[in-house]
Amino acid sequence: MTDTTASPTLTPVDRARRFLAAEARWSWLEIVFWIVAFALAFGFRSNHLLFAEIAILALFAVSLDLILGYAGIVSLGHAAFFGLGAYTVGIMARSGWGDPLTGLVAAAVTAGILGFVTSFLVLRGTDLTRLMITLGVASLLHETANKLDWLTGGADGLQGMMVGPVLGRFSFDLYGTTAYVYALSVLFVVVLGLRVLVHSPFGHTLRAIRDNPLRARAIGIPVARRLIAAYTLAAMIAGIAGALLAQTSGFASLDVLEFHRSADVMLVLVIGGSGRLYGGILGAIVFRLAQDGIATLTPQYWQFWIGLGLVALVLAGRDRLETAGRRLVARALPWLAAKETTR
Amino acid sequence: MTLALETRGLMKSFGGLIATNDVSLQLPKGARHALIGPNGAGKTTLINLLTGVLTPTSGEILLDGRDIGSLGVEQRVRLGLTRTFQINQLFGDLTPIETVALAVSERQGRGGDWWRRVGTKGAVLDELVEVLDRFDLTDRMTEQTRLLPYGKQRLLEIAVALATRPRVLLLDEPAAGVPEGEREEILEAVADLPKDVTVVLIEHDMDLVFRFAESISVLVAGAVLTEGTVEQIKSDPRVKAVYLGESEA
Ligand SMILES: Nc1ncnc2c1ncn2[C@@H]1O[C@H](COP(=O)(O)OP(=O)(O)OP(=O)(O)O)[C@@H](O)[C@H]1O
Ligand SMILES: [Mg+2]
Repeated sequence: MTDTTASPTLTPVDRARRFLAAEARWSWLEIVFWIVAFALAFGFRSNHLLFAEIAILALFAVSLDLILGYAGIVSLGHAAFFGLGAYTVGIMARSGWGDPLTGLVAAAVTAGILGFVTSFLVLRGTDLTRLMITLGVASLLHETANKLDWLTGGADGLQGMMVGPVLGRFSFDLYGTTAYVYALSVLFVVVLGLRVLVHSPFGHTLRAIRDNPLRARAIGIPVARRLIAAYTLAAMIAGIAGALLAQTSGFASLDVLEFHRSADVMLVLVIGGSGRLYGGILGAIVFRLAQDGIATLTPQYWQFWIGLGLVALVLAGRDRLETAGRRLVARALPWLAAKETTR
Repeated sequence: MTLALETRGLMKSFGGLIATNDVSLQLPKGARHALIGPNGAGKTTLINLLTGVLTPTSGEILLDGRDIGSLGVEQRVRLGLTRTFQINQLFGDLTPIETVALAVSERQGRGGDWWRRVGTKGAVLDELVEVLDRFDLTDRMTEQTRLLPYGKQRLLEIAVALATRPRVLLLDEPAAGVPEGEREEILEAVADLPKDVTVVLIEHDMDLVFRFAESISVLVAGAVLTEGTVEQIKSDPRVKAVYLGESEA
């Protein structure tokens, strides 16, 4: 981190104020990103369903980032909340309550309750026990949904969801334009909120807990309370993401609770980077587009190639991969190398 | 007068090893007390017991006359009992200003605020800079902590503890690992701590201890060998024996 605020004429208080304000300021990259994302609603119509999927995956990843990247809680069962949110709106829509927005609220509540209750299980323990516990909770929920087929449709999935128009006006269309704008808007609102949160005292305490829980407690931070709050909030957001998927696809099945969802969203964060809010979004875009791209090139082995790429990413570490990539490019293009060294 | 900090018959055993053996301390408000003893004497263990990181096997701990034995670490901090660590325990990804801000927000009961940016509440910034300035950290307060030189990190260890506004501050070898040339700065910072704060200093350097402390407890094998004023400890042959024995070994 370079300190651009250093200046002999400024008092330390001014420097402190500027530094803290700069941390939370909007970057132009962010602004451009949102403008482009919303502008995409006016073109590329045939891709809107895919875009909607990406926005939903991004939301799911952002929610995992809150606990993994900020609070340092690893989870292999984040799909529990995603799936619960999906089934919540699914069951509501089948029973005649098809309004999307109130559905999202309901999904946030049910997933939040599950998050709150299970947060006590992940409070203590090592990364490994946390992985096992979150995995266990998710498979328990999967099994429950499977058994309660009168409610969930079991292995066949929930049939007959009637999802109403968003805000009573915008019906879901075949191209997925409504789905995309709806999902993107929800993502935008959540990111707006989280932007505030991660730069707040609360957000900073999460980072402190991730860095050093021992010290966090030693300066008076109620670690358990903060982790419970973060875990519950992340569960709510994951529930909303699951609800969005069910609403935009008009369907919910056991697939929303499958292990691969928890694993995928973890990989999305590995790709995009954790603890930086936009990492989940970037990761979701790369992951989903790579999935699509590789699938068209080599239909049989796309999972293998994605897996290989991820193994490389994890083993080498993102930073080293970035450096290695830059060096590789630099060697291939001598003029670029010259530029690198003069920088 | 009630004591700032008192322990009564504090015991801690790890399996067969008795790390703290019947320790009873009495520290009046504003005391400058040193805790000395050879390696493995149980000094850090005693701090861990006082602050609630470890649960004593038996015995009582009183802060301002109040039994705090059943309270958690963070509750004791809120009541005014804060410690530093022998081995740096900082937030590597955060900056010093953010680190100190954490302690201040928490002390003000605003650590859970999620709707406002850090440093946007009243006079907080002034206080943050004041604390950092006391430890000569303002120049580098916006750099990531992990990038700071070791000596600066040692200072931040104390700064963040002081930002909790403790009544009793426990310093576990604040100059540990600091090269000779930089020790003086840390010692001065320790000597300049506010007079109303009760300070317990763990330190191996005897010159430093004799300069700083008004009273000293000597811990050997978990138990208090002796305690008294600097003069008493200086002339105590048993203390000499412990330290001579150690340096010969
Ligand atoms: N968690 C623990 N489990 C088992 N034994 C421990 C534990 N913590 C400390 N001990 C033991 O208790 C004894 C006292 O250790 P402690 O760290 O308190 O010593 P110290 O006086 O701080 O030493 P130093 O000057 O080296 O820092 C040592 O023998 C140590 O091995
Ligand atoms: Mg020690």
